[in-house]
Amino acid sequence: MPPISSKTDRPKDKKGAMVRLTSYIIKYRVYLFAAVILGTAGNVAALVGPMIAGKAIDVISAGKGNVNFNKVMFYVVCLFIFYIISSVMTYILSTIMIKLGRKVANDMRKEVFAKLLKLPVSYFDNNQTGDIISRVSYDIDVINTSVSADVTQLITSIITIVGSFIMMFVISRKLIVVQLITLPASILYTRYMTKRTRPLFSARSKKYGQMNGFTEEMFTGQKTIAAYAKEDVMIKRFEKYNEAAADGYYNADYYGTIIGPSIGFINNFSLALIGVFGSLLYIACKGSLGQISSFILYSRKFSGPVNEVANMYNEILSALAAAERVFRLLDEEEETPDGREAKVLKEVKGEVLFENVTFGYEENETVINDFSLTVKPGKVVAIVGATGAGKTTLINLLMRFYDVDGGSIKIDGTDIREYTRDSLRNAFTMVLQDTWVFGGTIRENLVYGNENVTDDMLKEAVKACNLEYYINNMPEGYDTLIREGGNNISKGQKQLLTIARAMLINKHMLILDEATSNVDTRTEKEIENAMLKLMENKTCFVIAHRLSTIENADVILVLKDGVISEQGTHRELLEKGGMYYNMYISQYR
Amino acid sequence: MKLMLRFMKPYTARIIITVILKFLAVISELFIPYTLEYVIDDIAPTKNMKLVALYGIVMVVFAVLGLFFNVMGNRMATYTSKNAIRNVRSELFEKTMFLGGEEFDRASLPSVISRMTSDSYNVQSFLGIVQRMGVRAPIMLLGGIIIAGRMDISLTLVLLCMIPVLAFIIIFISKKGIPMFRKVQGMLDGIVCIMRENISGVRVIRALSKHYYEKDRFEKQSDALAESDIKAGMVMALPNPVMTLFLNTGLTLIILIGAYRVNSGVMKTGVILAFLTYFNMIMQAVMGINRIFILYSKAGASADRIDDLLSIKNSVEDLPEDANDGTDSSKNDGSDYAIIFDKVSIDKMGLKDISFKVKKGQSLGIIGSTGCGKTTILNLLLRFYDPDSGTISIDGKPVKYYSRKALRQKFGVVFQNDIIFNDTIYENIDFGRNLDKKDIEKGAQNAEIADYIEGLPDKYQHILAIKGMNLSGGQRQRMLVARALAGGSEIIILDDSSSALDYRTDARLRENLKKNYPHVTNVMIAQRVSSVRDMNSIIVMDKGRIIGYGDHESLMENCETYRETYNMQMGEEMCNAANQ
Repeated sequence: MPPISSKTDRPKDKKGAMVRLTSYIIKYRVYLFAAVILGTAGNVAALVGPMIAGKAIDVISAGKGNVNFNKVMFYVVCLFIFYIISSVMTYILSTIMIKLGRKVANDMRKEVFAKLLKLPVSYFDNNQTGDIISRVSYDIDVINTSVSADVTQLITSIITIVGSFIMMFVISRKLIVVQLITLPASILYTRYMTKRTRPLFSARSKKYGQMNGFTEEMFTGQKTIAAYAKEDVMIKRFEKYNEAAADGYYNADYYGTIIGPSIGFINNFSLALIGVFGSLLYIACKGSLGQISSFILYSRKFSGPVNEVANMYNEILSALAAAERVFRLLDEEEETPDGREAKVLKEVKGEVLFENVTFGYEENETVINDFSLTVKPGKVVAIVGATGAGKTTLINLLMRFYDVDGGSIKIDGTDIREYTRDSLRNAFTMVLQDTWVFGGTIRENLVYGNENVTDDMLKEAVKACNLEYYINNMPEGYDTLIREGGNNISKGQKQLLTIARAMLINKHMLILDEATSNVDTRTEKEIENAMLKLMENKTCFVIAHRLSTIENADVILVLKDGVISEQGTHRELLEKGGMYYNMYISQYR
Repeated sequence: MKLMLRFMKPYTARIIITVILKFLAVISELFIPYTLEYVIDDIAPTKNMKLVALYGIVMVVFAVLGLFFNVMGNRMATYTSKNAIRNVRSELFEKTMFLGGEEFDRASLPSVISRMTSDSYNVQSFLGIVQRMGVRAPIMLLGGIIIAGRMDISLTLVLLCMIPVLAFIIIFISKKGIPMFRKVQGMLDGIVCIMRENISGVRVIRALSKHYYEKDRFEKQSDALAESDIKAGMVMALPNPVMTLFLNTGLTLIILIGAYRVNSGVMKTGVILAFLTYFNMIMQAVMGINRIFILYSKAGASADRIDDLLSIKNSVEDLPEDANDGTDSSKNDGSDYAIIFDKVSIDKMGLKDISFKVKKGQSLGIIGSTGCGKTTILNLLLRFYDPDSGTISIDGKPVKYYSRKALRQKFGVVFQNDIIFNDTIYENIDFGRNLDKKDIEKGAQNAEIADYIEGLPDKYQHILAIKGMNLSGGQRQRMLVARALAGGSEIIILDDSSSALDYRTDARLRENLKKNYPHVTNVMIAQRVSSVRDMNSIIVMDKGRIIGYGDHESLMENCETYRETYNMQMGEEMCNAANQ
C-alpha cells in the first residue's frame, strides 16, 4: 500500500466548489424563495417605517399648541403595528436561514457518510481517520455557519444594492458615473484578491486536516505513549502541526482581512467623489442640493451592504475551501460498482476456485503469486505459514476488499467479480483477528449480524462461547454498554463476543482469521465443540497459528511468500517432514 | 468565558493596540459622512470650488486612514486569535497526553477529538470576530447616546431606560444558548464516534452488509444533531427581532412624547427628526453587540467543554518532589526485587489480594483465562490506575513515590491493542527516544523482524501505513516487541504480544530475550503454557485472584488449573508423538 495518498492539492477552480455548494442550497429553493420574499419585504419595510414616522413628524411640525394628537396617535399606532410585523418577519427570515444552513449541513454529512460506505477498503488503509472525520466535524461545520449567516446577508444585501442602484439611477444619471467607476473597481479587486487568497484558504483547511489526523492517531495511541513516558516528544511533534495550522489560519486571514477594509475604502472613496462631484454639479447648476442629498443617502444605503458582504468574504472563502475538501472526498473513486449484469449470489453451494491469482498492495510488490486452489463445498481449508506470507490477503481477495491483479476467484463456477458485492459478502460469515465492537450494549453487539435472534438463541450462543460468566457479572448484563477501547472488556472477550456474533449468523461459507488468537487455551478448548458446530456444513477458510485448531482440516495449505509450498492433510504433511512438520514440532518445544 | 480570558491575557498589550487601531478606524470612517454633510450643507451653497476640492481631499485622506487602521487592526486581531487558539490546542493536546487511564476512558476518545477540532474552531472564530467587530458597535452605541443626550435629556432618558432591559434580554438568552449549544456539540461527539467505528470496523461492516443499518444509525444521529442545532438557532434568533421591536417601541414613544413637548413648546420638531436618525445608529450598534453575544453562546459552550477537559484532575498524580519516598534512602535501589505486589486489590477492576515478587533479571509468566485480570496487573504496574489497597513496589520503592516519567522509563511494554504509527519503521521503533541506530537494529533483530526490514527496498526508512495496515498481524506484533526491546529498559512486559506469531518465531523470540537480555526483568502475559513454562515463576489467575504461584514444576504438582491447561496442550503433543 502506498503511504498516505499524496494527492496534488492544487486548489480546484472556485466555480466548481461554488456551483456545487449552490446546488445543495437550491435543493431548498422553497426556503430560498421565502427568504427572498421576506428579504424584499424587509427592505420595503425599511423604507416605509421612516415614511410613517415622517408623516407623524409632519403633523407634529404644526408647532406649539397645534399638534393634532388624534392624527399623531394614528400614525404612532400604525408605526407600532408595522414594527411588530417587521420583527415577526425578521424572525421568520432568520429561522428559515438557520434551517437552511443546518439542512444543507445535514445533507452533506449524510452524503459523506454514504460515500464512506461505498469507498474501497484501501481508502481507509491509506487515509488518516482523523482527517476523514475532520471533514465532517470541522469542514461541514464551517459550511453550516457560513450558509446560515452569509446567505441571509447576501440575499438582503443584493436586494438592497439593486434597490439603491435603481433609486440612484432615477435620481441622477450623471452621478451614477462615479458608481460606474468604483463598482467595477470593487469587483475587479475582489476577483484579484480571491485568486491570491483562495490557495491560502485551501492550504489552511488542509493543514487543519493534517493536524486532526495526527491528533487522532496520537490520542488513539495515548496509552502506549504514556507507557513509554514519551508525551513530551509527541507534544513537540504536535506543536509542529499546531503551528502549521495556526500559520495557515494566519496567512489566510492576513490577506483575507484586507479585503473587507479595502472594499470599505473603495466605498468611502466613492462617497467622497460623489460629495465633490455632487457639489461641483450643484455649483455648475446641473443639480439641486436636495437631489444630491438624497443621492448620497442612497449611495450610503448602497455601500452599507457592499461593506457587509466584503466583511463576510473571509467566511465565504473558508466555506468554499471547506466545501472543496468535502467534495474531494465525495469525488474519491468508489468500489467499482457492480456491473449491470451482476448476479445475486444465492443458494450458495460453496465451491471456491482460485485460478492463478496474483495480487500486490503496491504495484511492484506482489504478495500472492500465481495461486491456484480448488475447494469443494463443505470442506475445511486451513491456511498456515509464517507471518507475512499472505494469509490475510487471501481473505481480503475472497471478500473483495481488494480485487485480484491477475487470475480469478470463482464461487460456484462464477467469477466473484460478476456477483453483486453485497450478495458475495453476504454468503460469508467472518471472524477476524482484529475484533471489532461498537459503542452499544452487549446485546446490540451480539445481534449485529442478525437482528431476528430469539433470546434463547442468544443465550445458547453466549453459553457456547463461555461468555455467560462475564455477561452475568456485568452491572447491567446484556444491556451493559461496551465500546472500543473501553476497560470493561478484554481483547479475548471481544473475540469470544465476535464468535458468538458469528454463531448467530447462518451462512454457507465461513472465514476464521485467527479467530481465537487472544482466547486462552482452556477457554478455547471449552468452546471447541461450539466452533465445530459453527463450521458444520460450511466451506471454511481457517487461518491459525495454533495448529491444534486446524488438525482436522480437509486440506492444509502452507503458504510461503504468496505461493503454496506444501499442501495436504495434517497426517500427510507430518509424514512429509517439511515446513509444516517443523512448525508443528516447534510449537511444543 | 474564563477560559477565553485566560488565553487572551498574554496578549493584553496587543489587544489594547488592536482596540485603539479599530477605534481610530471607526472614527476615521465616521468622519467621512460627517464631512460630506458639512460639504453639502455649508460649503456647496457658497459655491467655493477650491474648498469643495479641499474637503474632498480631506475625505479621501480619512478613507485612506480608515483603510490603514482597519487592516492593521484586523491583522493584530488575527495574530492574537491565532496565538490564543494555538495555545488552547497545545494545552488540550498536552492535557490529553497526560490524562490518567480512568480519566481518559471517562472523557472518551470521540469527545476528546471533537474538542480538539470543532470546539477549538468555534472559540477561534469567536475570538477573531469579537476583536474585529467588537469595537465598532460599542463606540456607535456610546457615541449615539452622548450626541442624543446633548440634544434632549428627557428623550434620552427614554433610551437609557431601555438599555438595561436590552442588556437583560441579550445576557439572558445567550446564557440560555450555552447549554443548548453544549448539547449540539455533544451530538457531534456521537457523529465522530460513529464515524470512527465505521472506519475501524470497515471490514466487518462490509462483510455483514450492514451499510443500511450503519447509514440509518448515522442519519438518526445526524438528524438529531441538525434538530438540536436548529432548536438552538431558533432561540438564538429571538433577541434580534425582540430587541428591534423594543427599540422601535421606544422610537414610537419618542414621537409621542416629542409630540407633547412640541405642543407645549419646549422642543423643536427638528430635534425629533435628528433624534430618530441617531436612534437608528444606536439600534444598529445594539444589533452588532447582539450578534457578538449570539456567537458568544456558541463559543462559550465550546469553551466550557474545553475547560471541562482541561480541569480534569488525574486520580493518579505524581507526589510533590520533596515527598518522603517511604523508604530509607540508603536502602533505595538496593532491593533485590524488581517488582513486588503486596496484597493489592482494586475493586472496580475485580482484582483481589494479589501478592507476588520478581527478582531482578528474573522472569515472570502470567497465565489465566480470558478476562481474569492479567492486563490489570500491567495497568497497575505502570500506574495507569492506583489500587484501592496494598502496595506495588519497583526496585523496593512504592510506585507512587516515583514520578511517572521515572517509573515508566523503567519499562518496555507491548499492549494487547498496541498501535503502529503512520511513520517510518525507524521512528516506530525509536518512538521519540533518540536511541542509537545500533540499539534499534538490535531490538529489531531480537524481535525477529530484522530480516523482514532488511528485505525492504528502503529498509528502516520504509513508511508504515496507518495502524500498520501494510503489515501482517505477526509483523505488527514483532515491530512492537522491537520497540519495547530497543530502549534498554530494566523491565520488559509483553501482554499477549505473541498471539499472532507462529510457534517457531515465538520460541525464537523467547530465546533471544533470555540469551541477549540476561539482566532484564521479564514479564510475559500469555495464554500458551509453552510461552511461560520456562519462566522463573508463573502466576495462574482466575477471576481476579491468584490461584497458583510458583515455577512450572511446582505448579504442575499443586495447581489443578495449570495442570489441566498444560495437559490439554501436551495431549496434543502426545498425539504428535504418536503420529511420528
